Amino acid sequence: MSLSLHALQRLIRAASLLTMLAAVCSFHTASADVQTGIDELDGLFTRFVEGKGAQRTEALDALAALGRDDTRELLTGILEGDLMLHKETDTIVWATAQGREYAMQSLDRQNDLGSERKRKLSRLKVTNRLRGHLRSLIASLGLRSDDATERLAAIDALMETPEALPDATLQELLGSETDKKVSAALLSLQARKLALSPQPEQRLQALSTLGEDLSNDSRSLVQTLAENDSDEAVKTLAGKIARDQAAKVRLYAKAETVFFGLSLGSVLVLAAIGLAISFGVMGVINMAHGELIMLGAYCTWAMQQLMPNNLGLSLLLSIPVAFLFTGMVGILIERSVIRFLYGRPLETLLATFGISLILQQLVRTFISSQNVPVANPAFMSGVLEVNSVLSLTLNRLYILAFCLIVFALLLILLKRSRFGLEVRAVSQNRSMARAMGVPSSRIDSLTFGLGAGIAGIAGVALSQLTNVGPNLGQAYIVDSFMVVVFGGVGNLWGTLISGMTLGIANKLMEPWAGAILAKILVLVFLIMFIQKRPRGLFPQRGRAVEAH
Amino acid sequence: MLSTRNSRRSLAAMAGIGLAGLSLSLHAQDDTIKVGVLHSLSGTMAISETTLKDTMLMLIDEQNAKGGLLGKQLEAVVVDPASDWPLFAEKARELIEQEGVVATFGAWTSVSRKSVLPVFEELDSLLFYPVQYEGEESSKNVFYTGAAPNQQAIPAVDYLSNEIGVERWVLAGTDYVYPRTTNKILEAYLKANGVSEEDIMINYTPFGHADWQSIVADIKRFGSEGKKTAVVSTVNGDANVPFYKELGNQGISAEDIPVVAFSVGEEELSGFDTTPLVGHLAAWNYFMSVDAEVNDDFIDSWIEFTGDEDRVTNDPMEAHYIGFNMWVKAVEKAGSTDAAAVQDAIIGVSVPNLSGGYSAMMPNHHITKPVLIGEIQDDGQFEIVWETPGLVAGDAWSDFLDSSKDIISDWRAPLSCGNYNVTTHVCSGQNL
Repeated sequence: MSLSLHALQRLIRAASLLTMLAAVCSFHTASADVQTGIDELDGLFTRFVEGKGAQRTEALDALAALGRDDTRELLTGILEGDLMLHKETDTIVWATAQGREYAMQSLDRQNDLGSERKRKLSRLKVTNRLRGHLRSLIASLGLRSDDATERLAAIDALMETPEALPDATLQELLGSETDKKVSAALLSLQARKLALSPQPEQRLQALSTLGEDLSNDSRSLVQTLAENDSDEAVKTLAGKIARDQAAKVRLYAKAETVFFGLSLGSVLVLAAIGLAISFGVMGVINMAHGELIMLGAYCTWAMQQLMPNNLGLSLLLSIPVAFLFTGMVGILIERSVIRFLYGRPLETLLATFGISLILQQLVRTFISSQNVPVANPAFMSGVLEVNSVLSLTLNRLYILAFCLIVFALLLILLKRSRFGLEVRAVSQNRSMARAMGVPSSRIDSLTFGLGAGIAGIAGVALSQLTNVGPNLGQAYIVDSFMVVVFGGVGNLWGTLISGMTLGIANKLMEPWAGAILAKILVLVFLIMFIQKRPRGLFPQRGRAVEAH
Repeated sequence: MLSTRNSRRSLAAMAGIGLAGLSLSLHAQDDTIKVGVLHSLSGTMAISETTLKDTMLMLIDEQNAKGGLLGKQLEAVVVDPASDWPLFAEKARELIEQEGVVATFGAWTSVSRKSVLPVFEELDSLLFYPVQYEGEESSKNVFYTGAAPNQQAIPAVDYLSNEIGVERWVLAGTDYVYPRTTNKILEAYLKANGVSEEDIMINYTPFGHADWQSIVADIKRFGSEGKKTAVVSTVNGDANVPFYKELGNQGISAEDIPVVAFSVGEEELSGFDTTPLVGHLAAWNYFMSVDAEVNDDFIDSWIEFTGDEDRVTNDPMEAHYIGFNMWVKAVEKAGSTDAAAVQDAIIGVSVPNLSGGYSAMMPNHHITKPVLIGEIQDDGQFEIVWETPGLVAGDAWSDFLDSSKDIISDWRAPLSCGNYNVTTHVCSGQNL
């Protein structure tokens, strides 16, 4: 439909970048403190607002070439809509939202112009093409910035059209660059320029640098050389490098799938591990487990409402808060309902199902039937870039680590503490434990409270991944039971292994079976497995089992 | 807390209306014209539909303040079908047979529309349906004021290919009828425009899908093969948040791979943390940010009506605004609220829409609308980046599907058919 159009766009972009770079560079060598009059600026803005197509682009280029100190600020203002047109006076103003009104300032920010209702102002119309142009203008202004990330962004903006940057400027930048990352980016920009050079030796030289770089542009450049180069030596080397690169990319893709599997697995384990205690250790079928997770997620939301300016801290504090709150709710449920139903699994199932409905409706009535927004703190977003084809998302990494920590702590608590000893004693042989002086009824509520509290912690983690709403729990209850049953009831290690296995199996199948079929296949496999081994992966052995 | 207050108020309002309805039907039957409002006020769809119920109440209030219709006051009869599809049909019957409403405004999901359709046809009453849908339908008794696929999906694809130079396409959707049909139409359209099979990736996910890691990684890989790629998303409701979050986390920005969505509007965004969505696109026929005097007035009266400074307006609300005004005008033109008279009178009626132009009712019971593409901003509003040069008329039967390309709909005499095959000259059973 538009291949030639796209090529044309690229050409135009390269050309305009070239003229603009020349302008920017020349102004840097001349004196940057020439302040051009406000009239000229007004004229350019009139051209920008009233002009059509190419005229508007030219107006922007001229604006960038003015070399004003606030060029960046002005361009960003157009891009982000902070500059608006005041319809009555037909002037461009800086507008800052204050409630339903906008405070206005003159273009040079020297005069305050009072405030105005929104309907009296309109944003400067910017099409997507202009937006792209503005972005590269702004980025190129950062080529000599003091901030390394801005320099990096400026170089990135040039990667697609390396021919726009003059050789001399590139050499000069390379000479003066101190930051390692920026230097590397400049070198790879240089390699791209070399790869387009007419001399075969230069292209060969470029290939060795390009081979190290697995990014898309670099790979497609190598591919082009391997297919079309006129020089045989270049062609063979490029072909070999292209094959190496392809093999590496495939390997990293596999590593990525395993990571996705582990991260899905960690979510499953977190959701199931509380259930592994109440269902696995105590034998209570707790259908309200999902709703306890949901309450934990709402704790995160509540903490964020309490301290909206400190997202990171509020998230860390939500962990103990959610644990204590849902733990208390759990103890309350155990004392008021489950206590009377021990040994009657069907009735427990129905009662806890009722509790789950009550909890959902309470949230709908007292908070909202809609989802509540839970923000991610800055450290939770972003990626850990291993290389340009493999990057691991940070939030998933944290949750994987968090899952393992929770698991380890729980294991220590159950295996090494007095409380853990008593829990195991009661679950294995209640009457013997009582005879030895263990307060079995108190241990029951504490154990159930522990399971509930851990569900709450899982809720905190889930709030960072998915929607927080009254229905959150329903999505996880089936998965949780699946993990516990597959792992073997009453075995924490089983829960960990089975969660991770199911996660990885799901992610291995998803690419070729699709998300829906993958889920079905996993479920079918699980049903067949349970037929063969009804007690799961790691069945409990010995007298304790017969007692159940 | 806010919506608790709201829901309590709307409960009280409902009770009030119920009581009023009872007493009025005893004493003052001939003094009012009854209008049905059939939107879910509880259950999963309540999130979206409650707003439309409020919109209808506001529009009816305003009309009454202007002196009513044909010298009588209008009276809203609100029922709650509770997001339960068969209940929609029962409630529709109740509205028409017991309450005696002359027209009904309602339904959201396609399945609820399909459920009430036979009732409106059997009892010959009128339904105004305000939501964008998959097309392939035209009933004598239904007026479709939301967008047909050619008024939303196809212009969005045109925009991406002509303005942004997109050459590879990911069609991602939730697994149900609207995304499946829309994607079928889009796939046929893209292929007709020379896009090859390997440049189209189609993906379906279950409702409420939360783990988008591998799908997003696939999209990333698909988009990194040299050609400009975009995602056309018919992903519904809740599943959007984790989807956009994952895109953000894997470092895909709106400039690398833009996502254009058909189910994300102002109302949905008000429950999101919008940070990961900024810069992505949505295609609608109306945005709250539209620069028009009539829109500013509408927003002001909406905020006054709800008493909540933060309430937003959205596309289906505009559809009700247009549909209600069309109905009013048609009733005035016909001088009667009789269904047959209104059906004749309403075709060709033209009323102001909220983007500063006029929308007209076409013979196929769809309307003309401008198509707007907006970019999501961090305040949950859209910045309009493109619009169709003129109005687009809704096409009931897609020209890009083999099964419907020969079919037209024209409810004017002498044809009076919603499913007329131009090659075989047969007017078949109404809808597929």
